[in-house]
Amino acid sequence: MPRDSISHTLLVATVLCVVCSVLVSGSAVGLRDRQEANKLLDQQKNVLIAAGLFHEDSSQGEKNTNADIPRLFESVERELIDLNTGEILDSAEVDPNLYNPRTAAKDPKQSVSIPADEDLAGIHRREKYAFVFVINKGDQIDQVVLPIYGKGLWSTLYGFLALDSDTTTVRGITFYEHAETPGLGGEIENPHWKALWNGKKAFAEPGEVAIEVVKGAVPENSSKANHQIDGLSGATITSRGVSNLVRFWLGPEGFGPYLRKLRKGASAGKTPGPSDLPGPSDVTYQRRRAGGEHG
Amino acid sequence: MAEPSAKEVLFAPIFNNNPITVQVLGICSALAVTTKLETSVAMALSVIVVLGFSSAAVSLIRNHIPSSIRIIVQMTIIASLVIVVDQFLKAYAYEASKQLSVFVGLIITNCIVMGRAEAFAMKKPPMLSALDGIGTALGYSFILILVGFIRELFGSGKLWGHEILQLIKDGGWYEPNGLLLLPPSAFFIIGLIIWVLRIWKPEQVEHEG
Repeated sequence: MPRDSISHTLLVATVLCVVCSVLVSGSAVGLRDRQEANKLLDQQKNVLIAAGLFHEDSSQGEKNTNADIPRLFESVERELIDLNTGEILDSAEVDPNLYNPRTAAKDPKQSVSIPADEDLAGIHRREKYAFVFVINKGDQIDQVVLPIYGKGLWSTLYGFLALDSDTTTVRGITFYEHAETPGLGGEIENPHWKALWNGKKAFAEPGEVAIEVVKGAVPENSSKANHQIDGLSGATITSRGVSNLVRFWLGPEGFGPYLRKLRKGASAGKTPGPSDLPGPSDVTYQRRRAGGEHG
Repeated sequence: MAEPSAKEVLFAPIFNNNPITVQVLGICSALAVTTKLETSVAMALSVIVVLGFSSAAVSLIRNHIPSSIRIIVQMTIIASLVIVVDQFLKAYAYEASKQLSVFVGLIITNCIVMGRAEAFAMKKPPMLSALDGIGTALGYSFILILVGFIRELFGSGKLWGHEILQLIKDGGWYEPNGLLLLPPSAFFIIGLIIWVLRIWKPEQVEHEG
């Protein structure tokens, strides 16, 4: 058969396609388990980092490695909640082991559209159900880790925000997936910057999101200093993105209803602690939403 | 034309016929992945693997490839290899693959890979072609790692993620040069490398006319 004849050309093309597709699908199938395991481990690691239980370097004590993740993750309970009501979902309704929030957010059946004026995070749609990670200390809730995402400058940022059981004090934040400029917007991964979030108050009063990233440094004697985080220099749009997405996910369209439930649950068990009441510095903060949604 | 020796095809592309500095190919990825040493090295290794195997594979079947579809045949082989490499990175080097993101996929469109398949592997035996592919990839890697080294060290004061120059914002003395973290800086660095190489080896200078 001559090399340039039509039949030979077709034969070569067919054989090549079959060989290449076997190679590609073989490697994809053969390595899938390992890849899934990596993804899960990475997600668990970031939940732990947000909660301050996983130490990325030795500055916070002993440095943890990936091998420690399963042990550390034992104290974490994953719950699937309905974002609208804040209720924990019955596992009969949706199987948490099969549920993928990322694909759900794109599926019109499993997501809801966000009104443009509420869409701070720039994500257009959000999934109906989301995972929250509850970390218990003894039989008390110690903190909750919430998945957050939204648009930065170039990319969608994915991360976790850990809140104390008072649902107001930030215990940590982390971003595990983004494509911001390394060294500028990419500094959202910088442990020094992430540490600035710890101890900040997310709400001025229950249901009133007050936390924000400001441009430049937070003025030292600002009355809002306990709600504000320094912006990243050279990354104004990424900083604004982080600020907006955190505010969105803590707000009524995000985890607002869930956090309200959590607050109620906590105050039903015990008398409200000082953190449940607006502090002196919070009084100056204007309430933007008249007739707010706190119960 | 005499067959080039194995040593020649393997090492000539590093300084004498470097794909980036002499042929000025593969610039896009050299700009995109060199903000850090770690991603530069991961990218370099991926290109070495892809280029070595793709040149060998193209060369193996070079006598059977009909000339009318030779480009698409080369593309298919390269694309399949790139996907396999990407899958392996996701399975065994998850952190690096997260940072490289789309750029591994873009090896497919890297002119160097197709250039070697078309210019060398279509004419020469498999062993020699594989060495040529690896050699060319080494030349590419050399520049990539050098640029990554400079950009990470002076752009963020780190090497391989470890702090080398303590930054002012962390209480040190070094004010990082933000420009080095942006893609245009790679142009300047590559330009300077080309300049230095051509002073050292004046025969690389292109003659006008």
